[in-house]
Amino acid sequence: MLRLRIILTFLLGVVPGGAITRADDIAPKDRRSGFDMMSAETQAMQKNDLANPAMLWVREGEALWSTPPEGGGQACSGCHGEARISMKGVAARYPVFDASAGTAIDLAGKIQQCQVERQKASPWPRESKPLLSMSSYVGLQSRGTSIVPAHYKGTTEAASRGKALFNRRVGQLNLSCANCHDDNWGQKLGSAVIPQGHPTGYPIYRLEWQGMGSLQRRMRNCMTGVRAEPYAYGAPEWIELELYLMQRAAGLTLETPAVRP
Amino acid sequence: MANALLDLPKTARKGEVIKITTLVSHLMETGYRREISGAVIPRLIIHTFTCRYDGEEVFRAELFPAMAANPLIAFSTIATKSGPISFTWVDDAGITLTESVDLVVTD
Ligand code: HEC
Ligand code: HEC
Repeated sequence: MLRLRIILTFLLGVVPGGAITRADDIAPKDRRSGFDMMSAETQAMQKNDLANPAMLWVREGEALWSTPPEGGGQACSGCHGEARISMKGVAARYPVFDASAGTAIDLAGKIQQCQVERQKASPWPRESKPLLSMSSYVGLQSRGTSIVPAHYKGTTEAASRGKALFNRRVGQLNLSCANCHDDNWGQKLGSAVIPQGHPTGYPIYRLEWQGMGSLQRRMRNCMTGVRAEPYAYGAPEWIELELYLMQRAAGLTLETPAVRP
Repeated sequence: MANALLDLPKTARKGEVIKITTLVSHLMETGYRREISGAVIPRLIIHTFTCRYDGEEVFRAELFPAMAANPLIAFSTIATKSGPISFTWVDDAGITLTESVDLVVTD
């Protein structure tokens, strides 16, 4: 984070915020995953399941899938059977409108909801190792499928709020997500290439973190980078942003669990 | 230390050089970081990794605080006979993880 802040201060000295504007939205044919902008070495690490450290979390998620929770409830597998079949394609269409929650819900939130309502257990906290592990195990079942954002009543409005958040300038540096990810993708911010900001690989193993993190953690990093106060984990703003990001990434292939620099 | 991923062939020809890659989950806490309160977070790293081939040690590595979390170790050995190849990681807390894979060697 400190690194991004230093780089930004430097960048702003050279390029006044918003001076370079290339386009509005990225046309579907120009959409590119962050994977394409990584070094060959990092790509190779992601592509090899025996070298991708995220697979360590996936393995943990796989073990949890068939472990009953404390308190006598059923394991995930008790209701959902084989994840390979029941969870295929699920991560590619989340967040969705959830009737019982009465609002849009992301995949991690849905897992927590099953823990509370179906397993009568306490939910794993956001960013905890078990929740990241389960999210990456469920996510893996959609690897290779195209992102198809849900277009239901209840998510349309939330997604347009997400778009507004994406385009709103925030923080002491007064930059919007779009200033970097729509207008300046492919350019450099210090040593980092600015990606288009697609949520194609989450949760990811980020080399800078030396660990696994959610999309919300990734977006927090971008917000603190422009010196804005990030929303709390699980806040509706994150879900709205994720909904918009998924629409913006429609047609790209899900890569979970990805590696990122 | 929870789990490890092993990348090595299950079969090899006698005399063949086999490549082995291991990846293990570990925080590798350096001992140089501090909490917000200023207290040093104690060092907790894997300090020794060994590989035994049919009981005989064929590779050993000592690790230090500059290693990244979830260390990947790659090396090679020569296939001589069928037998178990075992891997052991030991950390500062004295926790040991051992994994073993059987290699079948043909003439
Ligand atoms: C007692 C049965 C039961 C258990 C145990 C259970 N679930 Fe569920 N789960 C359901 C039902 C029923 C649904 C579909 C209805 C709904 O969306 O709430 C569902 C839906 C889901 C969905 C959304 C699927 C989709 O297509 O949108 C996910 C993801 C999920 N569960 C994950 C889990 C995980 C992970 C666990 C274990 C931690 C778990 N569930 C445990 C019954 C269960
Ligand atoms: C000052 C430029 C800048 C701003 C503003 C910015 N980001 Fe980023 N973002 C980056 C850079 C640079 C990276 C890649 C970092 C790296 O590779 O280490 C990134 C990465 C991402 C990624 C990861 C993409 C992938 O391939 O996994 C997402 C998602 C993202 N940003 C979303 C956002 C959102 C949402 C906002 C607004 C809240 C935002 N960003 C604001 C520069 C920015």
